[in-house]
Amino acid sequence: MSQTVHEQPLTAAAPAAGENGTAGTGAPAVRLSKVTKVFGRADGAPVLDNIDLTVAPGEFVCLLGASGCGKSTLLNLVAGLDKPSAGTIEVNGGRPALMFQEHALFPWLKAGKNVELALKLRGVPREQRREEAQKLLALVRLDTAYEKRVHELSGGMRQRVALARALAQSGEVLLMDEPFAALDAITRDVLHDELTRIWADTGRSVVFVTHNVREAVRLAQRVVLMSSRPGRIAREWTIDIPQPRRIESPDVSALSIEITEQLRGEIRRHGKH
Amino acid sequence: MASTDLTKTAAADVPSSDDVAGLEAGLDALETYEKDRAPLWRTALGKIGPPILAIAFMLLVWQIAYWAEVKPRYALPSPADVWDAFMVQWQAGEVHQILWVSLERAFLGFLMAIAIGTPLGLLVARVRWVRAAIGPLLSGLQSLPSVAWVPPAVIWFGLNNSAIYAVVLLGAVPSIAQGIVSGVDQVPPLFIRAGRVLGATGLLGVWHVLLPASLPGYLAGLKQGWAFSWRSLMAAELIAASPDLGYGLGQLMNQGRDLGDMPMMLTAVFMILLVGIGIELLFFSPLEKLVLRQRGLLISK
Repeated sequence: MSQTVHEQPLTAAAPAAGENGTAGTGAPAVRLSKVTKVFGRADGAPVLDNIDLTVAPGEFVCLLGASGCGKSTLLNLVAGLDKPSAGTIEVNGGRPALMFQEHALFPWLKAGKNVELALKLRGVPREQRREEAQKLLALVRLDTAYEKRVHELSGGMRQRVALARALAQSGEVLLMDEPFAALDAITRDVLHDELTRIWADTGRSVVFVTHNVREAVRLAQRVVLMSSRPGRIAREWTIDIPQPRRIESPDVSALSIEITEQLRGEIRRHGKH
Repeated sequence: MASTDLTKTAAADVPSSDDVAGLEAGLDALETYEKDRAPLWRTALGKIGPPILAIAFMLLVWQIAYWAEVKPRYALPSPADVWDAFMVQWQAGEVHQILWVSLERAFLGFLMAIAIGTPLGLLVARVRWVRAAIGPLLSGLQSLPSVAWVPPAVIWFGLNNSAIYAVVLLGAVPSIAQGIVSGVDQVPPLFIRAGRVLGATGLLGVWHVLLPASLPGYLAGLKQGWAFSWRSLMAAELIAASPDLGYGLGQLMNQGRDLGDMPMMLTAVFMILLVGIGIELLFFSPLEKLVLRQRGLLISK
């Protein structure tokens, strides 16, 4: 596997995508230094233990791990929904956007108004909001969905509106917490293509959490494998298979098999007591 | 298949942007449905027909009971007698006045109850120690018949509108507050988190997320609060009858009792019922349905 480089230094990340070729020139998009998270009592077992992770501007990183590795916790910390017990988190480029596994759209607002609310809370003047929201919906190819109610949309369409809403936030960093896990395989494949396109177009930095190895290899420039209990970074792979990739392609499959073996090894450790 | 060069197909099979767009449009079309609605007249007939039949049946039973003289005629007048009594008052222009006096009190009391119950409910829902302190009291007050408040209210405020409003408030405020508490409790935590990610924290979060998300529960509370206002008002008017007070439905009922005029009493009962049903049907029911339908929570058959 010529395209994988193991244990690569964190700062020498792959070049950024799209027009936003700023990797390595300025501050990182996200930098976690020695981040530890303990829930409940301070002397309890940490969920995250001493995590160091840097995401370059415009980089697409997948956090991969089994249940209980703290990958969602890590994302919540970066999103500012929770505070680390120790260590520092630095996020540049404004408040990061976060997409959840469930669409989390507000059902009392129409699809377009959901996007507009994000613009409003960001301070975009009223007269620009509608046009801006319409543009973002067009970006996720939902030009006609502005007036639709959330419940009138399919699961895949809801996640696309949620993506448009996340892009409506000014933050340069897009955090995604298993956003396609609840979708059927066909829709998921389509959304992978769309996400790759939009990432390249917008130049956002993406931190994408998943337990699906193929999905990680399909999408990411860098895959970070986390071990469970405590959550630590076990290993990293830099992927330079050209985008857009196909999830079925031999390159993606070969690397997926390799990573899956590692992941299984991580999980097996927990059965030996 | 054996001769296929895998490394080449990987690049060649990559879908173009147009392919993806077409695929996506197909998926979107397959997964959304256009609902066709039944014609309006059929919906109307389906909704109005059964209650009309039920009312006709009740009138029939009443008429038969009257013919059979189950009770003496002065105690059980016929539907026609009650109708006549109602028409006499209608023609004298009294019905509107009586209704107006009671409705005005009920609306004013209800609005005051909303103004007090809403912030109270938000406090109970969001501040832990307030909930611990007065949460149980609120539920307890809901089960207390508001008629129990009439005698103390009359002693505290005298035989006047203040006493009546006090009774209405004590009856309606707990329901409305309780409604918003259960509405807030049912807000999925995901909405709160999504709001925080978007920057809706503090009061912005209450305004943009918490209040709209708890609207269905709040509406249910308002509906119950209205029923309690109306009931409390009737109890207060019936007991606190005085010439100084305006002449409302309760007082009409009380006068009927004093005069032994059964048709008058029944007229009052039916008008009380009619207002209750009317407000529910014309106001709360459509509002509730609208909110639920917008959110996809109402399954239309």
